Amino acid sequence: MNPSSTAKSMTLGEAGLVTVFSLTAFLCLLAVAMAQDTAFAFHAALSSAASLWAVIAIGNRYFARPSLPPQEINGRPNYNMGPIKFSAVMSVIWGIAGFAVGLLIASQLAWPSLNFDLPWTSFGRLRPLHTSAVIFAFGGNVLIASSLYVVQKTCRVRLAGDLAPWFVVIGYNYFILVAGTGYLLGVTQSKEYAEPEWYADLWLTIVWVVYLLVFLGTIIKRKEPHIFVANWFYLAFIVTIAVLHLGNNPAVPVSVFGSKSYVAWAGVQDAMFQWWYGHNAVGFFLTAGFLAIMYYFIPKRAERPIYSYRLSIIHFWSLIFLYIWAGPHHLHYTALPDWAQTLGMTFSIMLWMPSWGGMINGLMTLSGAWDKLRTDPVLRMLVVSVAFYGMSTFEGPMMSIKVVNSLSHYTDWTIGHVHSGALGWVGFVSFGALYCLIPWLWDRKGLYSLKLVNWHFWTATIGIVLYISAMWVSGILQGLMWRAYTSLGFLEYSFIETVEAMHPFYIIRAAGGGLFLIGSLIMAYNLWMTVRVGEAEVQSPVALQPAE
Amino acid sequence: MTEHGDLDHVSGRTTTGHEWDGIKELNTPLPRWWLTTFYLTILWAVGYWIVYPAWPLLWSHTTGIWNYSTRAEVAAELANLEKIRGDKMVALGNASLEEIEKNPALLALARARGKTVFGDNCAPCHGSGGAGAKGYPNLNDDEWLWGGSLDQIMQTIQFGARSGHPKAHESAMLAFGKEGVLKKDQIVTVANYVRSLSGLPTAAGYDAAAGAKIFAENCTSCHGDNGKGNQELGAPDLTDKIWLYGSDEASLVETINSGRAGVMPAWVGRLDPSTIKALTVYVHSLGGGK
Repeated sequence: MNPSSTAKSMTLGEAGLVTVFSLTAFLCLLAVAMAQDTAFAFHAALSSAASLWAVIAIGNRYFARPSLPPQEINGRPNYNMGPIKFSAVMSVIWGIAGFAVGLLIASQLAWPSLNFDLPWTSFGRLRPLHTSAVIFAFGGNVLIASSLYVVQKTCRVRLAGDLAPWFVVIGYNYFILVAGTGYLLGVTQSKEYAEPEWYADLWLTIVWVVYLLVFLGTIIKRKEPHIFVANWFYLAFIVTIAVLHLGNNPAVPVSVFGSKSYVAWAGVQDAMFQWWYGHNAVGFFLTAGFLAIMYYFIPKRAERPIYSYRLSIIHFWSLIFLYIWAGPHHLHYTALPDWAQTLGMTFSIMLWMPSWGGMINGLMTLSGAWDKLRTDPVLRMLVVSVAFYGMSTFEGPMMSIKVVNSLSHYTDWTIGHVHSGALGWVGFVSFGALYCLIPWLWDRKGLYSLKLVNWHFWTATIGIVLYISAMWVSGILQGLMWRAYTSLGFLEYSFIETVEAMHPFYIIRAAGGGLFLIGSLIMAYNLWMTVRVGEAEVQSPVALQPAE
Repeated sequence: MTEHGDLDHVSGRTTTGHEWDGIKELNTPLPRWWLTTFYLTILWAVGYWIVYPAWPLLWSHTTGIWNYSTRAEVAAELANLEKIRGDKMVALGNASLEEIEKNPALLALARARGKTVFGDNCAPCHGSGGAGAKGYPNLNDDEWLWGGSLDQIMQTIQFGARSGHPKAHESAMLAFGKEGVLKKDQIVTVANYVRSLSGLPTAAGYDAAAGAKIFAENCTSCHGDNGKGNQELGAPDLTDKIWLYGSDEASLVETINSGRAGVMPAWVGRLDPSTIKALTVYVHSLGGGK
């Protein structure tokens, strides 16, 4: 007998997952046969195939592995980088796809014939594809990859779980696949940023809970006495997104074998839930999560201590306490009661300084290292992202003021505001993090080319400036045209005339988006070459000294 | 790790003594301007809560000392608008269409009102300049399906065509092929005859006599003996060069085979009477009014 084969046994996770996935492979096949609509049949078939693949993959991994990977090697934590590599690569792929679809729908607004008169390529289906691809697929993978990396490094332990981290990254990307193909097939519950139907929502819930457990499990077994600030932000992001997802998505399916469902909330309560969710998706997904990235990658890259520990505590707690109230500012001058509108607006104003606390901590960490901005385009990207963060977190509270909102609401100004945050803050801080992370993950000395990072930086920056200035001008123009009255007391412009007036700005916006996409392609090439031909870093054989 | 932290020589401050993966934190106090601004925003919010409706109570909510409500604000703005429009819209509502045409002040008012209303309600089908599109009549020319006098235009706007309103224009082009009245080759022949009415070239080998016979037996009851149409029935003039669904043989064959019954909605009840009058005068002025 081979002694090594008797030394290993199947873990509970492996055995459990193989059983569960075998069962779902069969149940999904049954669902294909019973399906009420083709989209549901397609998703059931896809899920059956994916479950079968999971069973085979877990089996193969079990037969190939000698035993469970050790927690430490030579006294150093044996970090689990596989799932992080997967998630980082997916973020680049989804990012490019999401930016490309964004460019297409921006062009459709300028030239409607680009809808091609096909349901699958119509603006109505591609718009959620764009928003989900950039927010949840690109942003989500950056958050998952960076959080699983940062939590290991700053706790000095291997990730909790063996299969669980893989379940999180593959399961999350499978959710994206189901959501995205669903949009193209016309499957949607018509809630903005929460379009996926009930079965995709259920799957995401399972994946997200496992993500929380992996993250918490790693923090619990940490070797550092204190929890690093980035991990507070990551934890706030993971916990709150779970709460928001559960609060906004309760729905009753028409049939358990069909894709259509009806949301449990109705009328103004539904609107309130929707924007409580929608605004806090911005607050906890796109702000708290990416602030966590900022808190690790900027001090790391600048090689400077974080500016103020006290500020990080105060702005963390004030940010998460105040953000959760701000949603009603999306419903000014609607059927939402006045008192709720007031609370939404005043809490948005109070949120201004807590948001800027993060900006101050990010920018001031550079003190003593400002000279590096000249030589390190990656650091420049990170710092400019914080500047955009500061700008859009000033603009946001301003737009939440009712008199400003009466002009800006429903106009392109909102789109401009969102994109100064999305392209400038989330995009740039993610690019900066990826430029750091990829060489670290693949043990490379550095990036393939800093010059290409510089090209990416400038192409994308010009793209953002074109995008947001075009939307500011068109948004304010649009708002003013809508409210213009003639001396006789009639509206000066018909709606179609305001649409006509937007045309040149839509072209400029599409051009800006095109530049941003080109920048991301430059990044993808640079990262690819870093992995392919980058010089390997020689690991120091000396073990790190444990903390005293 | 030390509990008291090291001195950072760049800032002159100490660190907190914590370190994670090489990252330390400075013991910098909160920036004074940041804290002051934060307090000011909180103070402002509290002030706002006192004067505006703000906090939910068990069965109601705090109303604020200014007694503000969004609905009252809308009502005030609408009342103000009524004041600006004043008696002019009332005068417009009381005047007959002919009186509006003769009174320059009322005419200018009607055209201004009509232009706005047209842009928001009619332009999606008829185009922002009223030039129409396939299936949607051009309002700038002088061919009218249901008549181009002021009264006829108002009738059409009020009740529409095949709109479901009991007073709507109802008659429609029959589906001669689908109903089995005409065979495929007969439809092609009569389509060519219809083309010949406005001087368009006909297909090689087309039998003009047969075409005229089919036309006389099937089409003249609506379109007239000479193909000049009939506005009572909304039957278009086939002898001019204006075509709602296209003049090529394939389009004509489709029209004769499947029929046509485009819908114009009824606007009565959706637009008030004086607005419909203004719209009538505006459409009449677009170029083809009779």
